[in-house]
Amino acid sequence: MLWVHKYRPTSLESLDYNEPLTETLRRLADKEDFPHLLVYGPPGAGKKTRVSCLLRELFGPSALKIKEEQRVLQAGTRKFDFVLVSSNHHIEINPAEAGNQDRVVVQELLKEIAQTQPVDVTAKHRFKVVVINEADSLTRDAQAALRRTMEIYSPNLRLILLANTTGSIMGPIKSRTLLVRVPAPTTEDIGNVLAKVADAQDVQLPQDDAARNQLWQNISEKSNRNLRRALLMLETMYARSEKIDASTQVPLTDWQLMIDRIAQSIVKSRTVQQLASVRKDYYELLTHCIPETVILKELLFALLPRVSAVAGKNIVDAAALYDHRLRLGNKGIYHLEAFTASTMRILEEA
Amino acid sequence: MSFFKPKTEAVAPRKAPWAEKYRPRSLGDVASQEMVVETLKKTLQSANLPHMLFYGPPGTGKTSTILALAKDLFGPELSKSRVLELNASDERGINVVREKIKNFARTVVTTPPASAAQNYPCPPFKIIILDEADSMTQDAQAALRRTMETYSKVTRFCLVCNYVTRIIDPLASRCSKFRFKPLDETNALERLQYICQQEEIAANDEVLSRLLIVAGGDLRKAITLLQSASGLAMGSPITVGMVDELAGRVPDAVIDSLVNSISKGIYKDIQQTVDDICLEGFPAAGIVTQLHDKILTDPGYNDNAKSVVSAALSEADKRLNDGADEQIEILNVAYHMVNVLKV
Repeated sequence: MLWVHKYRPTSLESLDYNEPLTETLRRLADKEDFPHLLVYGPPGAGKKTRVSCLLRELFGPSALKIKEEQRVLQAGTRKFDFVLVSSNHHIEINPAEAGNQDRVVVQELLKEIAQTQPVDVTAKHRFKVVVINEADSLTRDAQAALRRTMEIYSPNLRLILLANTTGSIMGPIKSRTLLVRVPAPTTEDIGNVLAKVADAQDVQLPQDDAARNQLWQNISEKSNRNLRRALLMLETMYARSEKIDASTQVPLTDWQLMIDRIAQSIVKSRTVQQLASVRKDYYELLTHCIPETVILKELLFALLPRVSAVAGKNIVDAAALYDHRLRLGNKGIYHLEAFTASTMRILEEA
Repeated sequence: MSFFKPKTEAVAPRKAPWAEKYRPRSLGDVASQEMVVETLKKTLQSANLPHMLFYGPPGTGKTSTILALAKDLFGPELSKSRVLELNASDERGINVVREKIKNFARTVVTTPPASAAQNYPCPPFKIIILDEADSMTQDAQAALRRTMETYSKVTRFCLVCNYVTRIIDPLASRCSKFRFKPLDETNALERLQYICQQEEIAANDEVLSRLLIVAGGDLRKAITLLQSASGLAMGSPITVGMVDELAGRVPDAVIDSLVNSISKGIYKDIQQTVDDICLEGFPAAGIVTQLHDKILTDPGYNDNAKSVVSAALSEADKRLNDGADEQIEILNVAYHMVNVLKV
C-alpha cells in the first residue's frame, strides 16, 4: 500500500494542519442544518482527505465502508455505463468521466438519491451526501441542472463539490454553497507530516535538525507544496536507498525531466531544426497522456529561471495567450508549437 | 389499539436552508423590486396576466416572485394543479416541450373548489413556470412559440432567466419583460434584520452591510452566508472577518502584498508572491476583481497607469472565464502592471 493511502487521516482529529479549517468543519458537522459545500484549493492540499474525514464525523465509521457500483444510465436513446463509489450515507461521483453526458448523470443520479428518504428517522442527519469530484470540469449544462436540484431536494440531499478553482463554477452554484478554501500546506507542515511518516516507516534520516529541514525544504519545493506528491517522492527516495540525507536527489517524474530538457534545449539553440525535434518530444509526452495545459505550464516555469527578466515577462505573456487558446481550441499541439516558436523569437530578440 | 395510534414522539423538525425557509410567501413579502411587484399586484386584482419573462442577476427574487404570485393567485391547494414548474434539472428537450408542456397547456381549467375561490382570485388559467429558461436549447425554445399562442386562453407562461439575450427573440417578444435589478441596500438589510430577529442571531448592522457588499446584490448569497456564519459563531456575535472568510473574499492584506511586490518591480519576487497566493488557493477571479477595485479607485495612480491596468485585467478576466490557468494569468497581469506601478 502506498504511504499516501496508508497514512491518510480518517478522522477530523487526526488531521495535521489547517487547524482553523478543521474546527470549522467540526462545527458544521455538529449542526443540524449542514449546508452544501464547495471545497476548493490547489492539488495535494488535502481536500479529499478533509471531505472523507467530514463524512466520518457526520455519519460515523460506516461512512468509510465504500463499495463500487456500476450503473447504466440512459441519455436520449443511447445507454452508457457509469461507475460510482458509495457507502450507506453518501455517494461519490466523477461526472467528468461521462464527458458530455455529465448532465444526464447529475439529473438522473441526484434525483434518484434525493427522492429516496433514509429509513432511519432517529439518525442525527437525515440526508445523504453526494460528493462530486472535479466539479470545475462540469459542463455548463450540468451545472445548470444542479441549481434547482440543490434547492428542491435540500431536505434529503447535501452536495459537496470538490474543485481546484472556483473560476469555472457558475455564480448561481456558488451562491448556493458554502465556500471552503483548503490552502496548500506550508513547507513546515509538509516537513511535519513527512517526519511523522518517515518515523512510522523507520526511514533513516539525517541526525541533525538542519540537514533534516534542508531535506524537507527540498522535497516541499520540488513538489510545489503538494503533499501527495511530496509523500510519493519520499517513498521513491526510500525505495532507492534506505538512508536519506539532505543531499539525496529528489526524484522527479520522467515527464518533468523531459520538459526540463525541452526548456534547456529551447534556451540553448533557437532554430527550425530545434523546433522540429521539440515537436517530437511533445508528441512523446502527449502519447503518454500528459495534458497539453500541464506541459505548457511546466515548460513555462522551467523556462523562467533560465531567461532574463524582460524576456521572462514576454514569455509569460505568450504563455497566457497560448494557454487560453489551448482551452478553447481542440488540437493542442498547434498551440504548444506556437508557444515554443514565439518563445524562441522572444529569446532571439532579447 | 395503541399500535394504531399515531406516533406522538417528536421527530426533530427538518432544518431547511434559510434561503428556502425565508422565501417570501406572498407578493407583499418580496424584498425590493417595487416596480415588478406593483405591476403584478395590479394583475392580482384584474385577474388578467400576460406571458412573462423575468430576468436579472442571481438572488434578486425572480423565482421567489413568480412562486409567490402563484400562491397569491390560487392559494396553496389549487396551485398544485394549476402550476407546472419546470427547471433546468428537468429534462426540457424538444420532446418535453412537445409532450409534457403542450399537454399541460391544453388541459381545460377546472372550476376552483369553493374554499379556494373564496379566499383567492383563482383566475381561469394555469401557469407554466420555466425556470432557468436560458439553459433551454434554441430548438426547444422555438417549439414553444406557437404553443404559447395557441393555448393562451387557458395557460400563461412565465420564463425565468439570468441572461435575456439567450432567449430567442420570438419568445421574448411574446412576453412582457420584467427586469429584476440587484437589491438595493435598505430593503435587503431589512430582510436580513428580520431573519436575524427570527433566528435570534446577534449581528450588528456593520456585519450585515458587509454581508451585502460581499454578496454583491445577491440576497440568497447573503442569506446563505448569514446562516453559515451563525452556525460557525455558535451563539457568539458574528464578526466582519468571519463574513470575509466565508465568502471566499481575498483578504486585503494579500492584495496589498501583491501590489507592494509589483511596485518594487523585481520579477523574481513577483513570481514568488504569485506562487504563494495561488498555493493559498485564493480564487483568481476574486484577485482580479479586488485588484481592479483597489487600483482604479486609488487617486494615487495616474490615468495612464489605470488604463494599462484595466486592459490587463479585462483580458485576464475573459481568459479566466474561459478556464485558463490561474497562476499564469495572475502572473501575466502582475508583469503587465510592473511598468506602470513601479515607483
